[in-house]
Amino acid sequence: MDLRLSDSDEAFRAELRAWLTRALPELDSPPARDDWPARVRYDTDWQRRLFDAGYAGMSWPTEYGGRDASPTEQLLFLEETTQAQAPYVGVNFVGNLHAGPTLIAEGTDEQKAAHLPRILRGDEVWCQCFSEPGAGSDLAGLRARAVRDGDDYVVNGQKIWCSFGHVGEFGELLVRTDPDASKHRGISWLILAMDSAGIEVRPIETLLGSSEFSEVFFDEVRVPVVNRVGAENDGWRVTNVTLSFERGTAFVGEMVDARRLADELRPLVHDATDRHELGHVLAQLDALWALTMRNVTQASHGTPGPGALMFKLAYSEARDRLGELSMRVLGRDAFDVHDYRVEERLRTLSIPIAAGTSQIQRNIIGERLLGLPKEKSWE
Amino acid sequence: MNFDLSEDQRALQEGIRRLCEGRFDMTRVRSGFDTSVWTELADTGVFSLRADGFGWADVSLTFQELGRALVPGPLVWSHLAHGVVDGVVGGLERPRRGEPAIVEHPGDLDALAVIDDAGVALVRPADLDPGAPLTWPLDPLTPMQRIAELPAGEPIGDARLATAWRQAGAVLTAAYEVGMAQACVERATAYALEREQFGRPIGSFQAVKHLLADLAVRAEVARAAVDAAACTLDDPETGDVRRAVSGAKVLAGEAALGNAKGALQVYGGMGFTWEVDVHLYLKRAWVLNTAFGAPAAHADALVS
Repeated sequence: MDLRLSDSDEAFRAELRAWLTRALPELDSPPARDDWPARVRYDTDWQRRLFDAGYAGMSWPTEYGGRDASPTEQLLFLEETTQAQAPYVGVNFVGNLHAGPTLIAEGTDEQKAAHLPRILRGDEVWCQCFSEPGAGSDLAGLRARAVRDGDDYVVNGQKIWCSFGHVGEFGELLVRTDPDASKHRGISWLILAMDSAGIEVRPIETLLGSSEFSEVFFDEVRVPVVNRVGAENDGWRVTNVTLSFERGTAFVGEMVDARRLADELRPLVHDATDRHELGHVLAQLDALWALTMRNVTQASHGTPGPGALMFKLAYSEARDRLGELSMRVLGRDAFDVHDYRVEERLRTLSIPIAAGTSQIQRNIIGERLLGLPKEKSWE
Repeated sequence: MNFDLSEDQRALQEGIRRLCEGRFDMTRVRSGFDTSVWTELADTGVFSLRADGFGWADVSLTFQELGRALVPGPLVWSHLAHGVVDGVVGGLERPRRGEPAIVEHPGDLDALAVIDDAGVALVRPADLDPGAPLTWPLDPLTPMQRIAELPAGEPIGDARLATAWRQAGAVLTAAYEVGMAQACVERATAYALEREQFGRPIGSFQAVKHLLADLAVRAEVARAAVDAAACTLDDPETGDVRRAVSGAKVLAGEAALGNAKGALQVYGGMGFTWEVDVHLYLKRAWVLNTAFGAPAAHADALVS
């Protein structure tokens, strides 16, 4: 057990650092938060630069143009790019980290050829259409209906919390294709062209005042059957396949930012109570960094441990403590959302909710790791 | 980077766990520390691990297992002192002038190590004034004696040794605490599966399940911190020793205390009895939180 990087990992880091030193000064300054056309240009331009330099698709297999990097290299890539304050993955998130890996695992040759190279080069932006007003934590309870009509599915229903729904050209869409089957067994996974007739996209105004999320309404939207990924009614399994691509690195960028924010608070903390709280937060963030190392190591060995299921809950709590401490330390300086520390406090309120609430995380830990029985079902 | 247990480390962990299960069951643990405990641990090599070529990460894993089993005694001090002085060694930070010293396991010591900023000194138990034993020590497995004034003792090392012992002592104490925290998760989970109310195991209720999930996460995060601190002691270039040590002591202390209290809650009325072991974990956590720097002091150190 050690924390020492191998020579080849050190070499990877050095080469990446050198490239970032050259590449970052060539970028324009980041666009305004609400200027979505500019944000799409900025983020996809960055994706193209990563592609040209051989850093696109870090986790993707080489046969699909990826780098097939080890989990440790993926960790270093995220650590170094975040530390250098390189652009975030931004609008490329769904395509690179979710839809792309799903197509790699489950797509047909045609589907892969049509989308994977374009995602990797930043030519194609994807969004996610999973959640519904009635299907949040209970995602498998989704009701958007797809009915077969010749070579098409006809989709009706509503999606919500669609990441990048208003800028995506394609969406990963979960629909119910068999309303009579048990809820996990009647779902299919479709590639949705967002310019199809009958789609209406309405951006959601979050408590930050704007967002990357939309509601998407479907009125008799035709999706070709050839756009289905995986077998009909096998969409729940297809969705979960994507999770197996996770190599313990999902929160690396978040962690680097959180530790930077916590370190920046040091000189501002004078009150003894706040000092203790900051000490606790620093200890927690350091420990979560160590837990990331552990999760990445175990992912490399193909033997994920308990930390993989625990990380999000623990990070949510640590990040909330950091956010509250920031607000207390900033005092009346905390009333301007242009201050990134305040904006971060607001943004991070979503962390205990998105991608599995902390309550759902505790159920998962209790049931899968501790072996506790499920609560009585109400269905 | 390979931040997971090696094959050898798994074998070591398994070996110590089996030793504890076979030789230190709760009946024996509840009878407290005596020389036979020390001898048995010494024969197994627990105190000589470093001299035998093992690293701090290995020692830390060993102490996690000892803590899980709540093996009593001045184990951390005896490990630190190995090779310097033989036998059962206790220890403490020298109290500020005019303040009494609380010496643990006073009747069992061959020597008492006293640390201050100047270095480490060794006091012979015969030179201690008899003081006043605490007739009802908070932790029944850690007998204590209040001594008005500690003798200066014989210096055995300078400030560098004091720093080294403080850091390693904090890590090993934290390791022991993480083991305690993990034991509380295991015991409370087992009880939640067995205890039924409203016709179901109480562990099926989300209110209880979520509490247990929080205990499990607290132990696992603290374990990562302790392992990282031990690895950093082994290879200081890979991190910041001071920061790693303090972080481990903060989180392990919180985990031992928080998980003992959480387990007590899961056990309900039984948790309030002498019969159920949880109170022994809780009381030890309070004691250990005062050793090698309180969590609050380490939290403070992390900010400065």
